[in-house]
Amino acid sequence: MADVIYTRLIGARIRSQLAYRGSFAIDFVSQVMAQSYELIVILVLFGQVTALGGFSRDEVLLMYAFAGAAFGVADLFAGQLDNLPTYIRTGNFDVLLMRPLGTLPQIMCSDIRLRRIGRITGALAVMAYALSHVAVDWSPAKILLTVATPVAGAVIYGSVWVVACSICFWIVEGREFANAVTYGSNAFTSYPINVYARPLRWLMAFVVPGAFVAYYPSLALLGKQDPLGLPGWVGWTSPLVAVLAATAAGLVWRFAVRHYRGTGS
Amino acid sequence: MLAGMTTNVVFGLLRLSIITAAVKAAHGEIANYDIAATNTYVWIGQGLLGFVLLWGNNELAERVRSGDVVVDLYRPWHLQGALLAEDVGRGGFALLVRLAPPMVFGMLLFPFQFPENPLRWPLFLLSATIALVISFGVRFLVEASAFWLLDNRGVYGFWNVTSGLLCGLTVPIAFFPEWARNALWASPFPALLQAPIDVFLGHGSAAKLLLYQAIWAVVVLALGHFMLQRAVRRVVVQGG
Repeated sequence: MADVIYTRLIGARIRSQLAYRGSFAIDFVSQVMAQSYELIVILVLFGQVTALGGFSRDEVLLMYAFAGAAFGVADLFAGQLDNLPTYIRTGNFDVLLMRPLGTLPQIMCSDIRLRRIGRITGALAVMAYALSHVAVDWSPAKILLTVATPVAGAVIYGSVWVVACSICFWIVEGREFANAVTYGSNAFTSYPINVYARPLRWLMAFVVPGAFVAYYPSLALLGKQDPLGLPGWVGWTSPLVAVLAATAAGLVWRFAVRHYRGTGS
Repeated sequence: MLAGMTTNVVFGLLRLSIITAAVKAAHGEIANYDIAATNTYVWIGQGLLGFVLLWGNNELAERVRSGDVVVDLYRPWHLQGALLAEDVGRGGFALLVRLAPPMVFGMLLFPFQFPENPLRWPLFLLSATIALVISFGVRFLVEASAFWLLDNRGVYGFWNVTSGLLCGLTVPIAFFPEWARNALWASPFPALLQAPIDVFLGHGSAAKLLLYQAIWAVVVLALGHFMLQRAVRRVVVQGG
């Protein structure tokens, strides 16, 4: 039953957004622009230097594109979690608990914002450009890796989003904390991780597994050695990391929901 | 508060790492920015962001949409002047809780470029205050667009997305190619963040920068004033 309900819910959300075409078009364009913000930063920096952390412009663009596409997909499904504090503060979370469906999928389906496809489109365009300009020794496995990377990345970002927002069950105004991790890791993963100072790198690359969204898969694709010394096969482990992250996120969410107390009215 | 500060520091560290990596790749200096200057630039930027309040809350626009703005308009005050006074007051508090902490953080943990001439400190404060006024002026224009559009979220979102680049928050404006630099300095945007930072770092003549800021402060406020005058004629009170 549940699967029918979710398809219908998502269908309804999508139709409601397409009802106002003008507004949708403007939103779509602004999302493409939001995505190109970091692109401009990269281009400006590479106007001054030829390599960043030992990577050329097109290689960094590839990482940026992987990160952007993954983040766009995650934002589409998990971005709604930013509204969690409102659900908790107003007591509307009770409503979700009363329904015979999972709380997490309910929130995820509560608002699928199609305009976020604008972000994904922008990232895919840069990905196409970058892939045609970097030297890749193509093989069937590498094609699979190219397709799997944004998907695995989206799952990793989505898991990060769930874990980060779970803090709101304890600190109701925890959204800004969460944003430092979610939006912060999008900024983080767009660049080779060896440019970051060690504490920040450990936190954002391995505790939050941001390095597996774009950096390591890009290394594997480019056939490059990791300047930080990890072996080459690490670049192929992103789907595994994604599964682990999703499992962890599911457990954290269950734990957090059990600590929820209604507002009482 | 603490959450906001954490976010501010995390994004500051991210920006710092990336620009520092670029500066290192360029053998220690890009356009007058060495490691210390970059660090100073980033942490002043993170502080000014909250002090000048680059991204407002769009409250006036919401009041226009809901009609509550009528209450603001029939009070015996000049709406723009009253809101400016409110914003300057907010700035006094923000000086301590938003501007100072990231700067102190940067001074304690990283190499920091202090002004050679102590006179730069008061000049920086003056410049930051003018920046706050211009920031208010630009936000007022963005919000007052709601008098015509009713739903100004497009304009507001556009400002939020582009302002970081235009004002020199994300990358120093000196890093841009020459044509973009010239175009930006001909606009009011660098006056919001880059100008006070330049005054502090001693990049360019402080008198010139302050004059540039002062001119734009007047222009932006005057634009807002005329916009409000026209807008008042358009206000339709819905319902009764």
